[in-house]
Amino acid sequence: MSSNDVLGRGTGGDLRLAGLTKRFGSFTAVDHLDLTIPQGSFFALLGASGCGKTTTLRMVSGLEAPSEGRIFLGDDDVTERKPHRRPVNTVFQNYALFPHLDVYENVAFGLRRRGIKDVKQQVADMLDLVELGHLARRRPSQLSGGQQQRIALARALINQPQVLLLDEPLGALDLKLRRQMQIELKRIQTEVGLTFVHVTHDQEEAMTMADTIAVMNSGRIEQMGSPADLYENPGTTFVANFLGQSNLIPGTVEGVRGDVVTVTAHGQRLTLPADRCRTDTGAVILGVRPEKVRLAPAGSALPPGVNALAGGVVSDASFIGVSTQYLVRLPSGEELAVFEQNTGCEIQRPGTEVVVHWDPSQSFGLDGSQDIEAGADLDEESAA
Amino acid sequence: MSVSLQAPPAKSPVPQPPPAARRAGLLTPWILLLPGLLWLVVFFLVPILTSVGASVQTGNADQGYRLTWDWGNYGHGLSDYLPQYGHSLLYSVLCTVFCLLLGYPVAYCIAFRGGRFKSLLMALVVVPSFTSFLIRTIAWKTILSDNGPIVSVLNDLHVLNATTAMGWTVGNHVLASPAAVVFGMVYNFLPFMILPLYTSLEKIDPRLHEAGSDLYCDTFATWRRVTLPLSMPGVVGGTLLTFIPAVGDYINAQLLGNPNTGVVGQKIEDLFLRQTDGYPVGSAISVVLMAGTLILVLLYIRKAGTEDLI
Amino acid sequence: MTTTTAPPAASTPSGAADPGRPYRRSPLTWIREHLLAAITVVVFVFMLAPNAVILWMSFNQPIGKFDYDWNRFSLSAWKNPCATNEMCHSLGLSVEIGLIATLVSTALGTMIAFAMVRHRFKARSGINSLLFLPMAAPEVVMGATLTALFFNTIGPGSLGFWTITIAHIVFCLSYVVVTVKSRLAGMDPTLERAAQDLYATPLQTFMKVTLPLVAPGIGAAALLAFALSVDDYIITAFTAGNMETFPMYIWGSVQRAYPAQIDVIGSLMLICTMAIIALSQILGRARNARR
Repeated sequence: MSSNDVLGRGTGGDLRLAGLTKRFGSFTAVDHLDLTIPQGSFFALLGASGCGKTTTLRMVSGLEAPSEGRIFLGDDDVTERKPHRRPVNTVFQNYALFPHLDVYENVAFGLRRRGIKDVKQQVADMLDLVELGHLARRRPSQLSGGQQQRIALARALINQPQVLLLDEPLGALDLKLRRQMQIELKRIQTEVGLTFVHVTHDQEEAMTMADTIAVMNSGRIEQMGSPADLYENPGTTFVANFLGQSNLIPGTVEGVRGDVVTVTAHGQRLTLPADRCRTDTGAVILGVRPEKVRLAPAGSALPPGVNALAGGVVSDASFIGVSTQYLVRLPSGEELAVFEQNTGCEIQRPGTEVVVHWDPSQSFGLDGSQDIEAGADLDEESAA
Repeated sequence: MSVSLQAPPAKSPVPQPPPAARRAGLLTPWILLLPGLLWLVVFFLVPILTSVGASVQTGNADQGYRLTWDWGNYGHGLSDYLPQYGHSLLYSVLCTVFCLLLGYPVAYCIAFRGGRFKSLLMALVVVPSFTSFLIRTIAWKTILSDNGPIVSVLNDLHVLNATTAMGWTVGNHVLASPAAVVFGMVYNFLPFMILPLYTSLEKIDPRLHEAGSDLYCDTFATWRRVTLPLSMPGVVGGTLLTFIPAVGDYINAQLLGNPNTGVVGQKIEDLFLRQTDGYPVGSAISVVLMAGTLILVLLYIRKAGTEDLI
Repeated sequence: MTTTTAPPAASTPSGAADPGRPYRRSPLTWIREHLLAAITVVVFVFMLAPNAVILWMSFNQPIGKFDYDWNRFSLSAWKNPCATNEMCHSLGLSVEIGLIATLVSTALGTMIAFAMVRHRFKARSGINSLLFLPMAAPEVVMGATLTALFFNTIGPGSLGFWTITIAHIVFCLSYVVVTVKSRLAGMDPTLERAAQDLYATPLQTFMKVTLPLVAPGIGAAALLAFALSVDDYIITAFTAGNMETFPMYIWGSVQRAYPAQIDVIGSLMLICTMAIIALSQILGRARNARR
């Protein structure tokens, strides 16, 4: 097992999961997952705890055997291969640095196991890449969290795996360090050009780093796409609520004319582009992101063609510097969130009567049969 | 979109590891267990069961023993050696109680006030045990001897008169008395109490004390409501590690006691090693001691609610 | 008094409010606060006193056969520790038995610990009870029952070196299992997964990661087993036949003669232990300083 050929390197190619399923007793953690991750991409599996994302990762690394389905690396079926024979490496959630070995030996571990004798230059290069060359002889326990994180990354990267798996790699770091490491990870990924598969519950982390995000829920992929795609045009209430914040208003489709869908909600007519609406009859959930919504004093003239909901009352206003966050209570009792950027306009006091309005092209329409709250509470819980 | 959700391919059969590999996986623990367990069964379990058998035999060393189902050995054993059973139980319970009363404050003090001397202090608890316990027990003979300082101080304070009146010492001496036996046992088994207590106390987050006092507990109430419940595994472990060896101990009774402080262990040794036909009765009183200890220990563990301790 | 504004009368009843004066407490509070420390000091004196006495008495020139009372200073026992031949012989025997018992019980116990922690199988609770029983059985019972077995099978004449060793392995085994098990259970299982992820075969994972991490536990278990074996009297007395280990020699000395050489050995045991601890501390500190 000392040569690279045994690890199945050289063929290269995409990571492909086909019908991948994992059951623990009667519980299905991962449910018929079909997924192709192109070589060289930075891919994020995003979901709340227990959605099956970590189980998926462990199956790719070989630490968990799938109940059904296959895993392909390029043209190779690696489903049956033991973890130590897969050209896949993991950055573990708690880093799992070997406490009895120093930094140098931790980084050299994988090379040595593959029978490579002369590791000096490679280890030095790798430590330079993560900018920790001066700590080579320290023990992991003598490093800070951020340093341990970089060593864990170096230890995995040095093997030049076909796929690098990152299991909540920044979860243990504080906010500032996390931002720094996000940029760092992105830089390293661009530099080495390997496929990174990143598992996280932090939507901001996923959006910052990944080219493609797959939002997972109950062992299935809810939606997949670029960060902008997912944010601007979520396909389900779960994605709309879990990824950022959304105002979701239940309504009924009145009709479709050309590429415009007309919806009634709370007795008011709203429109949205047909290509952003996932249903064309019956119940619909109309969504709009808080930062796209604007406030106008009651009775003031609105620009033509906007979607507007009248009769709202400001129930809360929080000034947070870059923006002011409002909660506006509609006559129906619903509360809408509105983020108004600080461009110098006047702050509306609680109790003020307002009209909320937005550009119809920024609305999205979701199938009305879904749970409107799906994913909302999860976001709060995992963001804590 | 650079990534596409693809249609599921035809279902492949569930991969199963080859049967041989699975069998090997099931066998591994037994291969690891077998030598050790065999040793325990042959040299621990079988002897105890043989002794149960031997305890209902009759005969002597010259003519050999026959299995006669003579339960009289138990009757003899129990009635003849009742005082020794009483002493063993009394001394070991007293020893456990004193060890707990002395050991808890020490473990507490090291765990929470020890600072950077914690491990040094714990080393000091353990280090004496590396000198043969017999030599250390005999050293008490020097310290507690009649012309030593302790006896003269106790005499001046008339303490020995009081303890002699209570039957715990004899005359103006400390040695060769029940008190000396218990004293020696406490000395010998105290480290076994302190170690588990320290281990469980050391795990307690000191911030819990602050939380306790923040929630209106004074020092004692914090200990009673927070520390003590959390250190119960240590208390249970320590009392077991003290009581079990103490109940079978006869070293202290022999070295520091007198003919009236006889314990069961002495009698068992006597019957087995010095009397020619004491073997059935010796077996009987061993079985009773073993069963009694086991019942007490199991009752205690059940009462303390820490069955997962073992 | 550094304060100029405070009235002088304020210092007497409510001294705590005055920043210039230390807070005065009642003697009762002082005692209560130092009671714990006081008890600890007394207990430490109690635990260490015999060792001090042993060291002291090793420099004694006893009057009679028994080194129990102080007579006068002498180095003769230290100059000639093996004056009583049987003593050093018995000490050698104890060490020999201790080493074999340690080796076997550590090997068997470590295997059991690995099986118990790393594998799932039926009969776990039964095996747990079997491992707990030797620790719950009074030593005298183990000794007596084992003698009975030896008597009935190989006969009283065959008691000796091997029967002692067998008995010592029995009572060391459970302690080894407990010690190694706790170390294994405390080990982060992701470390082994990380090793597999980094191309280590199961054997390499065991040799390069698991074993080095469990080694301190195995070492501690071996040390414990050795200490238990060398210091054991009760079980040894039952299984020894005509052999005399060091504890049995001391036991006999209480009847025959108790030379100061015993105290020399007792002191040497303490000094060696302390030297080993100090050495490991210094080595550890030096290694940390180098990094």
